Amino acid sequence: MKHKAKTVIFLIDALSIATLFVILARNGNLQLLNPQGYVAQGQSTLLVMALVLAFCIGIPLILFTLFIVFRYQEGNNQAYTPEWSAGKKLTTAWWSIPACIIFVWAIIGWQSAHAYDPYNPIIAQSKPIEIEVVALRWKWLFIYPQENIATVNYLEIPANTPIDFQLTADNAPMNSFWIPSLGGQIYAMTGMVTQIHLMANKPGDYPGGAAEMSGEGFSGMNFTVKATSNKEYSQWVQSINQSANMLDTNGYNKLVEPSTNNQGKEFSQPNKNLFNSIVAKYMSNGNTIYMSQM
Amino acid sequence: MWNLLFGKLTWNSLPHVWYTIGGTLTLMLMGAVAAAVLTYTKRWKWLWNEWLTSTDPKRIGIMYIIVALLMLFRGALDAIMIWMQQALSVGSSTGYLSADHFQQIFTAHGDIMVFFATMGLLVGLMNLVVPLQIGARDLAFPFLNTLGFWLYVAGAILINMFFVFGGDFAATGWLAQAPLSELQFSPGVGVDYWIWSLQVSGLGSLLAGLNFLVTILKMRAPGMTLMRMPLFVWTTLCSSILVVTVFPILAITIAMLTLDRYLGMHFFTTTNGGNPMMYINLIWMWGHPEVYILVLPSFGIFSEVVSTFSHKKLAGYTSQVLAAIFVTILSLMVWLHHFFTMGAGADVNAIFGISTMIIAIPTGVQIFNWLSTMYRGRIVLSSSLYWFLGFVATFTFGGIAGVLLASPTADYQLHNSLFLVAHFHTMIVGGALFGLFAGITYWFPKFMGFKLNEKLGKTAFWFWLTGFFLAFIPLYILGYMGATRRLDHYTNPAWQPLFIISVLGFMVILAGVTTQILQIIISIKNRKQNMDLSGDPWDARNLEWATSSPPPFYNYAVIPEVHGRDAFWEMKKEMKENPQPANVEYKDFELPKNTPFGIYLAGFALLFGFAMVWHMFLIAGIGFVGMMVCLIIRAFDEETEYILTAQEIAKLEQERKDHIYA
Repeated sequence: MKHKAKTVIFLIDALSIATLFVILARNGNLQLLNPQGYVAQGQSTLLVMALVLAFCIGIPLILFTLFIVFRYQEGNNQAYTPEWSAGKKLTTAWWSIPACIIFVWAIIGWQSAHAYDPYNPIIAQSKPIEIEVVALRWKWLFIYPQENIATVNYLEIPANTPIDFQLTADNAPMNSFWIPSLGGQIYAMTGMVTQIHLMANKPGDYPGGAAEMSGEGFSGMNFTVKATSNKEYSQWVQSINQSANMLDTNGYNKLVEPSTNNQGKEFSQPNKNLFNSIVAKYMSNGNTIYMSQM
Repeated sequence: MWNLLFGKLTWNSLPHVWYTIGGTLTLMLMGAVAAAVLTYTKRWKWLWNEWLTSTDPKRIGIMYIIVALLMLFRGALDAIMIWMQQALSVGSSTGYLSADHFQQIFTAHGDIMVFFATMGLLVGLMNLVVPLQIGARDLAFPFLNTLGFWLYVAGAILINMFFVFGGDFAATGWLAQAPLSELQFSPGVGVDYWIWSLQVSGLGSLLAGLNFLVTILKMRAPGMTLMRMPLFVWTTLCSSILVVTVFPILAITIAMLTLDRYLGMHFFTTTNGGNPMMYINLIWMWGHPEVYILVLPSFGIFSEVVSTFSHKKLAGYTSQVLAAIFVTILSLMVWLHHFFTMGAGADVNAIFGISTMIIAIPTGVQIFNWLSTMYRGRIVLSSSLYWFLGFVATFTFGGIAGVLLASPTADYQLHNSLFLVAHFHTMIVGGALFGLFAGITYWFPKFMGFKLNEKLGKTAFWFWLTGFFLAFIPLYILGYMGATRRLDHYTNPAWQPLFIISVLGFMVILAGVTTQILQIIISIKNRKQNMDLSGDPWDARNLEWATSSPPPFYNYAVIPEVHGRDAFWEMKKEMKENPQPANVEYKDFELPKNTPFGIYLAGFALLFGFAMVWHMFLIAGIGFVGMMVCLIIRAFDEETEYILTAQEIAKLEQERKDHIYA
């Protein structure tokens, strides 16, 4: 009886804690399970499948273990075979069960890795927009070469348009560029160009940030991604184009200096060859090396 | 001249902030108390002769465990500081730590927990148990054993030295990933403390690995073939093979970083052709196998514990051994999964992802084999077995999280998130640490002569398990919310309640730790009731239980002969059938003498490391020459062993028997 009471109390505790977790999880935004972009959608499928797998395998396994432990306790007068060992058949089963699960999971892993490879261009009706990303200490510089504008710690993109991000870094350690709602994440490194393709499925504000610790200002390297309609986007581009806040060489040199917690900034007419010259700074022969060509 | 003597160390670098001054005072106070106690009880000589210079693996093992527990405490202090900061630092509040200080703390937390707490406990337990389990009197290289231990201690001192001598610790994350750890971004001495501490203690680990490898291969009792070895010996062997394979990579990688920082070279710099990506590759070629170095021996411990407390032989012994070997080999081929997001192509990522997933197969097999072992057993639910059940409950979910992370597509979202942090804590705490707790509870009576209080052990377990889930489930959820690791500040207020629950979970874990400390105190107080001199309190199966508790310093007066697996179980059966044991005849044997050269050499290594941190090259030179001189003197010492004669053994054995039956 005492045993039963304990078990009931334990179950009530566990359930109430689980409920609390569910409430808190719903209260916040489970961005990874609530994808707003093409890539994040594909990635979240895997996350959901893993959750299902965890409950389908984990919980039965734990229950089965407990069952065996309680059933064969000393004093229960169950069968006792001290010399018994798993025979060939059972051993084969023990190896085959996980092997089968992993086999399926490996196929899923292989296919999804290729389907959602960040280097893959996203096929959509609208023409992709190129954005060049430079990780600085401690802020993100976004250059829009087609629109001839640049921003710091702020991104505006049209929804339903593939974005082709090219990334590098300047005067900064390794960094990682992550927009959880749209899909993740790729390193930005000096002298290297990495690439990630993302697309927002609908307008909205999505948080983005740095995922790799890069020193003092790391936690302040946040930005908002604003996905808008095409019309709003071109209006925004136009308004910046008309602003007098230009990003010339001097301006850029100032930007490269380490600084923390930068608010969003917008610039018109960044230096034409800015991105390539940043990459080339770190190459001995001046040629850009693309990770995808290595 | 001044420069050669004091290098970069100036008056201003000495401790001047509250936490370093506090740390200095605490350390000095603790030292003074210890010295006073030793002087008062006149124990200096005893300490030096019986313990510090000992080459007895049982003594060295206990010293490892004591130092490791101190470091565990230090690492736990770091953990609570990290958690408090994250619980407080949201929105307009920036918490109580600066970003730099916070980063130093989590760096120290990782290094101390991996290199000094877990590794220390592990090597300690190996020292205690492996020689007894294979029926040996000592390790293959007794001097290397004491040297390895003292180098480990020197590393542990070095990593804490900035408290006393100033400067700061690395603020780079526990692996000091380049280029963040290069002079350009970390000009202070913090990374140098990291470099020399890990270089020195890493050498110690390498020596320990070599020692166990050779010991297990060459010093087994007659009849103990490889396929008759207990599983803990098998997993120690696998773990040692990994140590010998990958610790040189760590040493070289750190050495290259040292050349960058001290001589202006460009292995991993961003400029002049350096390649930081190479650092990431190299450090994880060591770093991933390191995880298995920590976890594999725990698997061995669980095999022992499960089969002993089920009173049944281990089911699927061969498949268990194969699984351990399989894990060992595979663990060398998966390092790239730590940086899928560095930009490699889909083919490379997918191949490394799949090789990672495959590790789940042998791991699953081991769990199934433990279940088969318990099936139709006579299970005694001791606290060691509780830790095993806790392991199944945590490790299963941690493993599935690992399989998820192994798939590159998911990893692109989860990399560097708190989900990852929760995952590897599940593996290291639920896998390695729970296993070590099970092992310590299991083998405690062997070395102390009395059992630990079972009731308090079980209470501690429940605190740990509840606390663990409370502390880490929130981190899994936060990861799904897009929270990255290592944040000293965040803006989303919805994250805060989860961080706070996580702190509460840690408090519950602390209650568990307190219970464990209480458990040890009460067990010592009531040791008379839990006395075990028979040497076999659990009705166990392997050789270590064939000798008395605690074992004599020579382990076995006569080396036992082994006729099958579960050697001691078989002996007990035979004793029942044929209770008249044959008359034993003692023979002379050699034992290693104690030597102070391990402690001298490590002392010079400590001096060398400390001097290098501060660029005091003259003193570093003295340290280096000192090390070499010690090594040479020791190498020319031909009388490192002494002979215990048959008469002496007979006398000692008689005394031992009288003591047991008294």
